[in-house]
Amino acid sequence: MSRHTLSVLVENKPGVLARVSALFSRRGFNIDSLAVGPTEHPEISRMTIVVSVESLPLEQVTKQLNKLVNVLKIVELDPGSSVQRELLLVKVRADTETRSRVLETVQLFRAKVVDVASDAVTIEATGSKDKLEAFIRVLEPFGIKELVQSGMVAVGRGARSITDRSLRALDRSA
Amino acid sequence: MTERMTGAQALVRALENVGVDTIFGIPGGAILPAYDPLFDSRQVRHILVRHEQGAGHAAQGYAQATGRVGVCMATSGPGATNLVTPIADAYMDSVPIVAVTGQVASGAIGTDAFQEADISGITMPITKHNFLVTQPEDIGRTIAEAFHIAGTGRPGPVLVDIAKDALQANFDFAWPQALQLPGYRPVTRPHSKQVREAAKLIVDARSPVLYVGGGVIKARAAAELRVLAELTGAPVVTTLMAKGAFPDSHPQHMGMPGMHGTVGAVGALQNADLIVALGARFDDRVTGKLDGFAPRAKIVHADIDPAEISKNRHADVPIVGDCREVIADLIVAVQAEHAGGRMGDYTAWWRQLNAWRETYPLGYDQPGDGSLSPQHAIRRIGEIVGPDALYVAGVGQHQMWAAQFIGYEKPGAFINSGGLGTMGYAVPAAMGAKVGSPDTTVWAIDGDGCFQMTNQELATCAIEGIPIKVAVINNGSLGMVRQWQTLFYKGRYSNTDLHSRRVPDFVKLAEAYGCAGLRCEKADDVDATIEQAMAIDDMPVVVDFVVHQDAMVWPMVAAGTSNDEIQVARDLAPEWENGD
Repeated sequence: MSRHTLSVLVENKPGVLARVSALFSRRGFNIDSLAVGPTEHPEISRMTIVVSVESLPLEQVTKQLNKLVNVLKIVELDPGSSVQRELLLVKVRADTETRSRVLETVQLFRAKVVDVASDAVTIEATGSKDKLEAFIRVLEPFGIKELVQSGMVAVGRGARSITDRSLRALDRSA
Repeated sequence: MTERMTGAQALVRALENVGVDTIFGIPGGAILPAYDPLFDSRQVRHILVRHEQGAGHAAQGYAQATGRVGVCMATSGPGATNLVTPIADAYMDSVPIVAVTGQVASGAIGTDAFQEADISGITMPITKHNFLVTQPEDIGRTIAEAFHIAGTGRPGPVLVDIAKDALQANFDFAWPQALQLPGYRPVTRPHSKQVREAAKLIVDARSPVLYVGGGVIKARAAAELRVLAELTGAPVVTTLMAKGAFPDSHPQHMGMPGMHGTVGAVGALQNADLIVALGARFDDRVTGKLDGFAPRAKIVHADIDPAEISKNRHADVPIVGDCREVIADLIVAVQAEHAGGRMGDYTAWWRQLNAWRETYPLGYDQPGDGSLSPQHAIRRIGEIVGPDALYVAGVGQHQMWAAQFIGYEKPGAFINSGGLGTMGYAVPAAMGAKVGSPDTTVWAIDGDGCFQMTNQELATCAIEGIPIKVAVINNGSLGMVRQWQTLFYKGRYSNTDLHSRRVPDFVKLAEAYGCAGLRCEKADDVDATIEQAMAIDDMPVVVDFVVHQDAMVWPMVAAGTSNDEIQVARDLAPEWENGD
């Protein structure tokens, strides 16, 4: 099994997320991570879906996804030629004794503190899955009180855009 | 140009504008606004069915008989959920239907209102696409989009769920409506390089087979298929969904492949060095155990749905396109090969195929106790009624015998529930087929189990003047399940005996529904009974063929086994070595 990152451009319409996620479960695929949000074009949303599958079933699920009427375009992003990021918010125990060491770790990982309480700090960090995992490992000894992570978002490197042509298709149909 | 009207009027106008002439349905609370303007439509005939499942299957039968999009209509909640089975059936068999359902008012959606069901959510995995409409302005465009999606590309069911307040609201209706489907672009033109590659494989093959599926009928490509078959000289097998796409009487036709296929057709696929799949999907009922399917064959797979290609079996040459265009292009490409002096030589292959065909023809035993053989009754219906009629089957033994023992010469002559295997399909689908093709004789070949699931539509047929003929192949049990119990459960007949040779009395039932009821219990009476049924054309006819209970469908490839394990009768396997 290998991990694949799919960027899926969809029409921004109600129920599209349900159609996409239901398709994955119906065809027997587990989604490792899913992030969805608006794009530069208000009529298009973009999903970043990370799945662990062999290449043959991946081809099958991609074809099935393409059959969804609201799906405009699917691009698989190669980790080597794309930027992939997740967002982490983590609440770590930090009293007067440990606070300075926690803040040092925050500096090292180029994260930032977004909230401070007398015995805890909340830290925001972005990065690749590996970096965030490493960060969490280092924070663990201090005591993690709460942790929340976003799905991965990703974009290809270089000047080319995957939305251009889909936008033209959308304009033509309008 | 706009015109002030209600959403309901817009719905009816839009249905008229896309060419609808028939709707099968039942009114109810949420869809009620639509039924008022429908009452005045001079173009649309609404046929009031007795159960929404009947409406859905009737729309399927209509679509199968006409090649046009069938339409059914129901109210919210239970009306809509009763359509789920026919929608799933249409999805599996790629039948173009549009289901219009009423939904509770938009403000009540999500409140568990009376007769509320999230039918667009429920049908998401069994529709090609579906819509929930809450604004009257969206009704016209959505109907246009629904019909476009249902009828183009790989056909399929589309559901349009419309909130009651959208039907009631007044607004300015505009037509025509531009479709807004930027993500829907079916590919119909095949790639010429792939087609040339396929043609090369065909002339290089020693033992090719044209494996023809329902896509050939959907694409209206039967004429092209015949040209291709005769040009190449390759044997043809037609699946359950493709019966009639290639004439059964044609010398190159090896019959139906699969679980209950002929030895010739199964053997042809198993031993082929090239399979040219045309609008077929390598269903498990055709391939048997997938690892053991046609081990030496290269695969050319042509289908309009790219997701079918290499789904079950890897395609060496994938061709995405409409079957008619694919086959037309293949003809040209094969002709070019021939012109270059490259012809396939299948002489040895045909020797082998003919040996199988002669050694293992389809057949059946006459019961020793003088009771009626179901195969005989079905075969005689086909012979007496002839190839111009439509035959509509339910699911089970009678369906397989109808596929095996009726000669199909025309595409679309056999209508049945293939992929989903929906018992109860035959009567309502036959009703829809008859409405779509009123001048054609329509015979439902049904089982006593199937018939009892949907026979309430006989009332619809009688009242609406839809004179279908129904042959109930009555073995008093759920015959196919019983057959499996005989073969795989040591003859322990758990809950398969319906006692329907006693209850109900199908002749009286038919009469109670305003139909003619006939009964036939002896082989000697079969012809006369069929002729009597054929002579009645002013009302539906039900013939109760009381048949032998232990008749089985042969040949058979047991589920989960390889096609090589096909048995022509119980514990009797063909000698494959013969042909080599």
